[in-house]
Amino acid sequence: MIKILNLISLWALPFLILLILFVGMIKKVPIYEEFTNGAKDGFKVAVNIIPYLVAIIVAISMLRASGAIEMLSDCIAPLLKSWNMPADVLPLTIVRSLSGSAALGVFSDIANSLGPDSYATKLAAVMVGSSETTFYVLAVYFGAVKISKIRYALLVGLLADLVGIISAVWVCNLMFG
Amino acid sequence: MNYIFFFLIVISIVIGAINGKLQEVCNAVMSGAELSVKVAFSLIGIMAFWLGMMKIAQKSGMIDFLSKILKPVTKILFNEIPPQSPAVGDIAMNFTANAFGLSNAATPFGIKAMEELQKENKDKTSASNSMCLFLGMNTAGFQLIPTTVLAVLISIGYKNPTEIIAPTLLVTIIAFTFAVVLSKVLQRIWKGQTINSSLTDGENNRPGGEE
Repeated sequence: MIKILNLISLWALPFLILLILFVGMIKKVPIYEEFTNGAKDGFKVAVNIIPYLVAIIVAISMLRASGAIEMLSDCIAPLLKSWNMPADVLPLTIVRSLSGSAALGVFSDIANSLGPDSYATKLAAVMVGSSETTFYVLAVYFGAVKISKIRYALLVGLLADLVGIISAVWVCNLMFG
Repeated sequence: MNYIFFFLIVISIVIGAINGKLQEVCNAVMSGAELSVKVAFSLIGIMAFWLGMMKIAQKSGMIDFLSKILKPVTKILFNEIPPQSPAVGDIAMNFTANAFGLSNAATPFGIKAMEELQKENKDKTSASNSMCLFLGMNTAGFQLIPTTVLAVLISIGYKNPTEIIAPTLLVTIIAFTFAVVLSKVLQRIWKGQTINSSLTDGENNRPGGEE
């Protein structure tokens, strides 16, 4: 099982690249010209999103440095403890919507300090693996097209994160609890 | 977005002051600004590569083919964009790349899809229903195999790391479905876009175009 999965994750990228190039050659597309033609936009897109990234990443870095995340997770701790959630996993519930690298950092900490057999490691793994960093996706995708009125987009992202946390706790309780 | 930006920063400074961490908060301004440019610059090369690949796939008709296969699904979800729009193919590529854990490739595809959705958008500063739905699909983080998490588990000597794949998949499907349904519900009750909102409303109410 694990061998097959390793194989899939190893081959997903080369397979996609080969597939695109082969189909291109078969259809007689001038692949080199078209590649460079498309790649030209890479710089423009990346530079366009800088202002949006700065706004979001600075605000979130400030929030993390202020200790607000710890305060918030202390506030909701009693509620989450009643669901059999280990204290170590608490910060993850908030961090995973804000910063992908921070969430991975918290998860590595838990995994390394509590070890492979602990329930906290398993729950943290499921919580990190099933989520995407909502604020980052929002900044990059809407920044690229200069959208500033985001309407209900953030609400959907955060509520989906909440549903993800609840179902992660529920599923892990059933399977590993 | 104005309120979110305002509150994030005000809360950080107030709470930072209460916790006596004002110096850390100030440092975070600098390090955060630096980090964002680093993130953007690290995207340039990856973005250029995948946009180049995307162009080949587009010219060879591969994207048209993929969007034709996924048409029954996208027609229901993205009922406000014309079926012949290139956005459909880009959304399909983004979803496929995400599902296989190729997030480096998924981001350029996703941005491309957003650009196409923006062409159909009537008010260029405000997100259309389709854009909100597409964003919701991406923030839910649907993927078949959580590669990064598995790598960490293997590195700590976890005996059977694949046992977390099934629960992770289940959780991500629940969150993904919830995001799609919630977007569809909210687009009906949320205040519409200011320009031509009557037209969009009319399209929303077309029979057979929901959930």
